[in-house]
Amino acid sequence: MSETTGHEVSAFDKIEKVKEILDKNGRQSSRLIPILQEVQEVYRYLPKEIMNYVAQALGIPAGRVYGVATFYAHFSLEPKGRYLIRLCDGTACHVRGSEPILNALREKLGLTVEKPTTDDMMFTIETVSCLGACGLAPVVVVNEDVHGQMTPDKAIKMVDDILQAENS
Amino acid sequence: MTEKKTLFIDGKEVEIENERNILELCRKAGIDIPTFCYQPELSIYGACRLCLVEIEGRGILSSCSTPPEAGLKIKTNTDEIRKLRRMTMELLLASHPQDCLKCGKSTHCKLQEIARKVGVKEIRYKHSVKDLPVDDSSYSLIRDPAKCILCGNCVRMCAEVQGIGAVNFANRGSNSVVITAFGKDMAKTECVNCGQCAAVCPTGALQIKSEIDETMKDINNPEKITVVQMAPAVRVAIAEEFGLPPGIDSTKKIVAALKKIGVDYVYDTNFTADMTIVEEATEFVHRLQNGGTFPMFTSCCPAWIKYAETYYPSLLNNISSCRSPQGMFGAVVRKAMPGLTGKDNKDIVSISIMPCTAKKFEARRDQFIHDGKAEIDHVLTTQELAEMLKSAGINLVEMDDVDLDMPLGMYTGAGVIFGVTGGVMEAVLRFAAEKIGGIKNAIEFKNVRGEEGIREAEVELNGRTFKLAVVHGLANAGKVAQEVVDGTCKYDLIEVMACPMGCVGGAGQPVSEGLVKKKLRAQGLYNADEHCALRKSQENTAVYEVYEKYFEGGPATHAAHENLHTTYVARPKTDLELDMNRTAKDAVRVELNLSGENMRKGVENLMGDVFAKIRENGLQQQTKVVVTFGHTGDDPMVTVAGKTVEPEADKVVEAIKAVK
Repeated sequence: MSETTGHEVSAFDKIEKVKEILDKNGRQSSRLIPILQEVQEVYRYLPKEIMNYVAQALGIPAGRVYGVATFYAHFSLEPKGRYLIRLCDGTACHVRGSEPILNALREKLGLTVEKPTTDDMMFTIETVSCLGACGLAPVVVVNEDVHGQMTPDKAIKMVDDILQAENS
Repeated sequence: MTEKKTLFIDGKEVEIENERNILELCRKAGIDIPTFCYQPELSIYGACRLCLVEIEGRGILSSCSTPPEAGLKIKTNTDEIRKLRRMTMELLLASHPQDCLKCGKSTHCKLQEIARKVGVKEIRYKHSVKDLPVDDSSYSLIRDPAKCILCGNCVRMCAEVQGIGAVNFANRGSNSVVITAFGKDMAKTECVNCGQCAAVCPTGALQIKSEIDETMKDINNPEKITVVQMAPAVRVAIAEEFGLPPGIDSTKKIVAALKKIGVDYVYDTNFTADMTIVEEATEFVHRLQNGGTFPMFTSCCPAWIKYAETYYPSLLNNISSCRSPQGMFGAVVRKAMPGLTGKDNKDIVSISIMPCTAKKFEARRDQFIHDGKAEIDHVLTTQELAEMLKSAGINLVEMDDVDLDMPLGMYTGAGVIFGVTGGVMEAVLRFAAEKIGGIKNAIEFKNVRGEEGIREAEVELNGRTFKLAVVHGLANAGKVAQEVVDGTCKYDLIEVMACPMGCVGGAGQPVSEGLVKKKLRAQGLYNADEHCALRKSQENTAVYEVYEKYFEGGPATHAAHENLHTTYVARPKTDLELDMNRTAKDAVRVELNLSGENMRKGVENLMGDVFAKIRENGLQQQTKVVVTFGHTGDDPMVTVAGKTVEPEADKVVEAIKAVK
C-alpha cells in the first residue's frame, strides 16, 4: 500500500468519525464543547478545516468555534505528539521539585516553551496547574498513565522506555 | 390608573417608563454616563466598567446592566465613582498605544473623549502595548487589534444586527483579542464590508480605509478630469462634521466645496437612482409577464449582495440583476464623459462619495473592472469627504450654494429617498402606480416608511395585489431569505438595506449612536424629496436622454443589459479546504462543496460515496479530492476540474474519466 493511500484512508476515516460525533450530539450548537472534545480525541488537536466543518454543520460562525477552541487550555490548535507528557507545576509539585524534571525532559527531547513538540511528532511536553494528585507530587502524566514521585532521572528513564518500546 | 413609578438620580425624581437600564434613565435625566460597551441597539454586555453609579443600600454597580426599580436612590458623581472611573481609564490607557497624533480616529475617538471627561492626567501603570499585526486586507476597513479595548461592540454588532459573526473574541485573559475566525485576513472571511463594526468601535481598532490621498492626487493632476457622484444620504449628514445638526440638505454646499478643491464635474448618484428605478421596475414587470423568479430582492446595497452571495447563493436569481446606482453611474460616466469632455476615459477619474464602506468593495468587484481599468477609481465615505475638505482648509457651512452639473446632476424626489430604508420601495411604487396601475398622482406611500426591522405593505395595481417587504439589518434580511428558501415567503418584492435605517445609517457617515440622528437624517431626505418639483423617477427627462444617447433608447435593451446590469457569484464563507488525499499537482481536482443547510439532510454521505467510487475505479492517484464547507441553502456543489457535476458518485467518476 502506497503512502498516498494510507493518508487517504486515515483522512477519510477521521472525517467519518467527525460526522458521527456531530450526529451523536444532534448537531446542536449548545453541544459545541463536547463535540470539540471528541473531535480532539480523533485528531489529537483541532485542525482549523475541521473546526470550520463543525461550524457549518452546527450553523454557527466559524469565529465562535475558534473563540471557544482558543479559550480553553484543554483544546490545542497545534498537532501534538503521540505521547503527551503533562507535568504538574501546581503548588505541591512545584515545591517538591517539578522544575528540575521539566528542565531534564526538555533537555532530553530538545524542546522549549515555544517548541513543545518534537519534530518526529512523538512527544509533546506541557505543564498543567494541578492534576489533583498532590499526594504523589511531583506528578507526570503521559497520555492516560500517571507517574508519581518523579525525579529528573526517573523522567528520563521513562522517555527512554517509551523510545525503546517504539523501536522494538 | 396605574401609579407612576419613579426613582431618584442625584436627588432628582425621575419617572421610569420603559428604559432597559439605569444608564438610559440617567441620560433621560440629562446626565451622560460615560461608557464604551453600551450601545442602545445591542445586547447589554457590562464589560467596560465605566458606567458605574452608586445605589443606596446596594453599593457601586454598572448602570448599563442594572434594571431600574421604583424607589432607588442613585448617585452618579460621588468622589468614589470619579476615582474609580479615572482608574479604569488609566488601566485601559496603560495597554493602549497612545499614538493619538498619528491615529485616524483621533478627535473622533471615544477613548480620547472619555479620558478627558473623567480627567485622566497621569497613567500610574506601566505602559505595555501588545505587538499585534494590522489587517488591511479589506478594501473597506482596517483592523488594528493593538488599539482594541475589548468592549465587544463590533462582535455584538456583527452577530446581532448583521447576523454574521465575522469577528469574535478569541484566547483568554490577558491574551484576549477580537479576531476573525482562525485569524484570517478580513478580506478572506464572510465579512460583507458593511463597516457597522467600525461605526460602533470606540477606538481606532476598526477604521475605514481612507482613499483621501489617492483622490486628492488625481484632483490635483491637471491632466485628469475628475467626475464626482454623490449618494443621497451624504448630503443630510456631512454638515454634522462641521457642527450642524443632522438632516440639513447640504447638496449645494458640497458642490461648491468640491469645485473649490478642484473637482471638474459634480454629479448626483440620485440620477442613476432614478435610472435604477426605470431599469429595475422594467425588470420586475418582465419577470411578471414571463414567469420569472419571485420574490425579487432589490440590489442597491453591496453589503446585502455579498451577504446573499455568501449565505444564500441559491437565491442569486431572486436578486434584481440591476447594478446599484453607484454601479450604474460608473458605467454612465465611462459612456458619457468622453463626449462631454473631449478626453479619453484613461484621463477621466471617476470618484464616488458614499455613506457606505461596502461601496469601496463594490467598486472593485470583477464585474466593474474591464481590462484592468476600474469604472470607478475612488470611493470616499462621508467621513472622508469631511476630512478631505478640512485638510484643504474648507469649512463646508461657509460655502455659497452652487448647483450640480447637468445633465447627470438631474434627479427626482424618488432618487433622493434611496438613502433611507423603504425609499427604494417607495420610489418603485411611484413608478409602478403610474406605469402598471395607471394612477397618476400616487406619490407618498407612507406605509413603507418607518423604523421596524421588517415592514410589510400591500399595494393593489391593475387588479392585482402585490405584497411588499422592506428590511434593514442583515439579520432581518437573513430571516426573510430563509423564508424564501423554505418556500414560506409571501412577498413579491423585498427591499434590503444592510445598515440600521438604511444608507443614512451607513458606516461611512459621521458616527452616531443609536437611531436618533439617523432618523433626523431620514427626515432630511423626506424633506428634500418634498421640495423636489419632480418626485417620480419616470419624470427625469435626463435619464431618458442618456438612455437615448448611450443605451439604445431605453431600459432592458441590449446595451442596458451590458452596462447597467451585473452578475453575482456564490462565495464561500472561508477559503479553508480539506485536502483528502495528497496526490500529484496535475491530478484532476474534485471539489465537494457541502452546504450547511443540506448537511442536516445527510449530504455528507456524498463524501463517502465519491471516495468509495474513486477507490473502486482505481482513480486515487489521478484525482485530488477536496472538501469545502459552507454554502447555506444551496444544493451540494460538486465540481470536477472546475466543471459542475451532478452530486452523485457515479457522475463524478464519469466526469473524472472524461477529463483523463
